[in-house]
Amino acid sequence: MLTKIFSFTRAMHSNPFSWQTFFRYNFDVQLVDGTDASIRRFLKELPGVDQVGAEARAAMLATRSIKTASKKWAIDCAISMIDLTTLEGSDTDGKVRALCTKAVHPDPTDPSVPSVGAICVYNDKVATARKHLDSIGGQAIPVAAVSTAFPSGRASLEVKKQDTLDALNNGATEIDMVIDRGAFLSGDLVKVFTEIVYIKELCGDRAHLKVILETGELVTLDNVRKASHLAMAAGADFIKTSTGKISPAATAPVVLVMLEAVRDWYAMTGIRIGVKPAGGIRTTKDAIKQLVLVRETAGEEWLTPKLFRIGASALLNDLLMQRMKLRNGNYAGPNYVTLD
Amino acid sequence: MRIDIRKTYKLYIGGAFPRSESGRTYEIKDAKSNFIANPAQASRKDLRDAVTAARGALGGWNGATAFNRSQILYRIAEMMEARSEEFVEEIALLEGVSKVAAKKQVEQAIDAWVWYSGWCDKISTVAGSTNPISGPFYNFTVPESVGVVGIFPAHKSALLGLVQAIAPVIAGGNTAVVVASQKFPLCAVTLSEVMATSDLPGGVVNILTGITSELAPWMGSHMDVDAIDATGLSKELEKEVRVTGADNLKRIHKFSTSDTPQRILAFMEYKTVWHPIGI
Repeated sequence: MLTKIFSFTRAMHSNPFSWQTFFRYNFDVQLVDGTDASIRRFLKELPGVDQVGAEARAAMLATRSIKTASKKWAIDCAISMIDLTTLEGSDTDGKVRALCTKAVHPDPTDPSVPSVGAICVYNDKVATARKHLDSIGGQAIPVAAVSTAFPSGRASLEVKKQDTLDALNNGATEIDMVIDRGAFLSGDLVKVFTEIVYIKELCGDRAHLKVILETGELVTLDNVRKASHLAMAAGADFIKTSTGKISPAATAPVVLVMLEAVRDWYAMTGIRIGVKPAGGIRTTKDAIKQLVLVRETAGEEWLTPKLFRIGASALLNDLLMQRMKLRNGNYAGPNYVTLD
Repeated sequence: MRIDIRKTYKLYIGGAFPRSESGRTYEIKDAKSNFIANPAQASRKDLRDAVTAARGALGGWNGATAFNRSQILYRIAEMMEARSEEFVEEIALLEGVSKVAAKKQVEQAIDAWVWYSGWCDKISTVAGSTNPISGPFYNFTVPESVGVVGIFPAHKSALLGLVQAIAPVIAGGNTAVVVASQKFPLCAVTLSEVMATSDLPGGVVNILTGITSELAPWMGSHMDVDAIDATGLSKELEKEVRVTGADNLKRIHKFSTSDTPQRILAFMEYKTVWHPIGI
């Protein structure tokens, strides 16, 4: 298993520049062996999070006023970053197809509205989504599948692997996996780490891996920072706040800490990891607050769907209504957007 | 000697009493041009928030039984009765009329609540019908609420015009966004405090104080407002509201008469149901 992790980590850092930076840092090299001691040593290096400070900074950034031309840009940017999501027990093929149509043309009356970042569905709806997207000109829109016994993550590794493989074979090009929060909280970091490594291996070049930390269950911001670094060390392409099934979900301080984590990771390794807040982002105001957080914490480079996504469903309608307001000068109403 | 504890006149949106989002206030004066108070000056965003609150409250309010709505309207009358002294003083101060005249106006306003309260569960019986048709169907027509109604009350009186505009709108199961008379906003604020203690669900009535000419065009063009009572608007503002309101086919009415069931029916639309006989 040791060689496995090593070879995987090597592949991850195939960029020559990052290789150099990579070897300069002692703890990173030690991390490569994947043992409990090495993971603990790596995470111990992380400073604690000043919770009051993080909350105050997030609240301060939330007071930014974004108007007119900047707001228009922010709305289009947010639309292109949405992972349009339906994760209900009551999902049908019809609902998934309707969602895909909306993903390609969010506002049928206005072709200048950009397509969304991705469609996010349960495993068994991936094929339906892929097929429908391809048939209506949405080839460029990836389909993300939630995987590894989402949302609880309570299944054996074999089942989680099979779950992921199933999604990949159906055409998913993004995998949203959940970490084992129970293992994380009880200190079994190796289990969390190796699970991510195995799933990343399955994804290979076929799919992007997003690792869901479910911050609502991690209790403290210190844990959020640790879990973020753990996930990145194990090979995550994205770190994601929540499943959307638990409240609180993507609160501003949590997103702030995760953005700091990817910023620090970039400084250490030269690799940019993406961030995806999900759950509880329902209004344009919420979305713009997230963009301000990104710009002021990780930097402008992260303001792209490649590095920042917003997991949401109701948000899109509010963004469209605000866009209509900017376009026509009238306040729009929920009667003028689709029911999801 | 005790320092005056003065009331802050605030907006009423979604069952809460916020200041204006804009932070603005404006000055109102009594009949003799003496300063009275600084009520909140609502902005277009306060209006937008009020419409969102009204839309959110609509399902619960028009889904409530007509009898329940009737009880709540009567409760408003009871609560007003208990605070009638305050209304009398505000009317006397604002309009510069005698306390006797002011008291008469308050009594009329309270009676208007009771009168419309009685109409809640009778309006569909009186205005609805079963229709003769040649086919194996029961065919009947019932009036239903139109939705969110913007109200610009008559501003000849400080209180009565306001009550005569709000009561019929909510009696029919609509929710309301009221832009109080610019000259006489105090009674509207006190009325909102009455409503907040009358079992009226938050958001069913939202009351904004401010500059009518600033808010009216936004009400007219708002795509989520279904109808407007334009009684208190000037000719020019009414025209503007009618032009922008055409975009989503708002029903826009002006009333010259006071209490009549026609004021309820103006904000209701008819639904006709065909029900097969024998099933």
